[in-house]
Amino acid sequence: MKLLNKFTIGAGSVALALFIYAGLTYMFTGYGFRFDIGWLLTSLNPYMWAGLGVAAAVSLSVLGAAIGIYSIGSSILGGGVKAPRIRTKNLVSIVFCEAAAIYGIIMSVVISNGINNQSITTKETLMSDYRGGYRLFGAGLTVGWSNLFCGIALGVVGSGAALADAQNPTLFVKILIVEIFASAIGLFGKKKKTKFF
Amino acid sequence: MFLDVLFNIDNGYLEGLVRGFKSGILKNQDYINLVQCETLEDLKLHLQTTDYGNFLANEPSPLTVSVIDDKIREKYVLEFQHLRNHAVKPLSKFLDYITYSYMIDNIVLLITGHLHQRSVQELLPKCHPLGMFEQMGAITVADTSASLYNAILIDTPLAPYFIDCISEHDLDELNIEIMRNTLYKAYIEDFYNFCKELGGPTGEVMCELLAFEADRRAFMITINSLGVDLPKDERSKLYPRCGKLYPDGLNQLSKAEEYDQVKMIAESYADYRPLFENVGTNPGDKTIEDKFFEQEVKMNLNAFMRQFGFGVFYSFLKLKEQENRNIIWIAECVAQKHRTRIDNYIPIM
Repeated sequence: MKLLNKFTIGAGSVALALFIYAGLTYMFTGYGFRFDIGWLLTSLNPYMWAGLGVAAAVSLSVLGAAIGIYSIGSSILGGGVKAPRIRTKNLVSIVFCEAAAIYGIIMSVVISNGINNQSITTKETLMSDYRGGYRLFGAGLTVGWSNLFCGIALGVVGSGAALADAQNPTLFVKILIVEIFASAIGLFGKKKKTKFF
Repeated sequence: MFLDVLFNIDNGYLEGLVRGFKSGILKNQDYINLVQCETLEDLKLHLQTTDYGNFLANEPSPLTVSVIDDKIREKYVLEFQHLRNHAVKPLSKFLDYITYSYMIDNIVLLITGHLHQRSVQELLPKCHPLGMFEQMGAITVADTSASLYNAILIDTPLAPYFIDCISEHDLDELNIEIMRNTLYKAYIEDFYNFCKELGGPTGEVMCELLAFEADRRAFMITINSLGVDLPKDERSKLYPRCGKLYPDGLNQLSKAEEYDQVKMIAESYADYRPLFENVGTNPGDKTIEDKFFEQEVKMNLNAFMRQFGFGVFYSFLKLKEQENRNIIWIAECVAQKHRTRIDNYIPIM
């Protein structure tokens, strides 16, 4: 782990240093106008942004759900050897994780329905085209990241719930309440995303 | 965060399994039942209702305490080996580190036995099964520690710990004890550094446990060498440096000449002060070893409060060993019908 951290810090600082060097070179040689964010944004197609939003919604949600499911599943398997009664009850934690993935898929379908072909005639339609693209991107990112962290939280809490249940059956319902709050994080993303629309 | 999230990929099943094994450790009620047994057959009957089950079912009729000891040990050794077989790095390396202390004990057992003219065949079954390595039988061939190292130990994982104790002196009683303690010191410092590198919950739990073990060793070496002809600087070379006593406490301990001085040194450390109070050798008192065992059990139980760490594997093994000692103590008292000190076991849960 430490080696990975050193490598990422090294690579990150080299990249940042190069970026600052490039920027300063442009600035001091009088070619500052070349560093043009506006040109970059207008030359990127808004459909790309919308597509990335759809991709982020699905992939990050599924990543979160997968992390949650493997965390809970391996703890259930381990704890279930000596306490077989926990096997069925703890599947409800896995269902919470799966729900996070399903939010992501539904949202990505809704987002992709917002993409429609538009003929560019006036400046207003061009502006609304770009605006739509950025909105769909934002929506997709919101849903994706919130479901990712929801899945991670469910994984940590759910595996604790399985192991605690194996030792003391009365604890399971109490830890389930914590899991309900964790899955509410995923719902926040869904709500926020509708605001983008 | 990453340690917690990624831990279950490789180690989630094994952690759940170890926690399941831990829930089978005998509780206070079980010990109360065992203490009331009149014979070893009663003991066997009571153990059948616990997690041990029918482990003594196939033994021939007059049960002896050593048979019970072997079978109990066989059970937790089997569980540990099951865990080790399923583990991948870094858990496999961690579990290997735990076995090195048993290897050290086995090596010293074989050499001491050889000095007392016992044959290898007699000694090998007495070795601890977790500390087996190849070429164990060849240890008796060596006379000095240098030849021992060059011939046999250089191939084992214990090789780096031998650097400090190779000498041309013959292996006799005192030198073997010094060798054992020097090896153990190198091993525990190495293990401590490994756990510290792992970091996260493992590092936090294991560094506490190993620091306590190191300080306990330092105290016991000092107390045991109070009457013996061991020069002070030799003694201070045996103290492991990874505990809370390093460096001031160890300096003071190396100069101590009497038990009261050791007690005074322990007074300045809040963790160790309560251990030295109320200690005596009268029938009603606890000895200092008992107090250290109790503290060890308490710390090992606390290790189970952290999830996503390897401390549970180490603590599980130590608690099972303590349970083994408890059951054998009770069995000996029952077998010899000497029940005055039968309650001197260390309760675990």
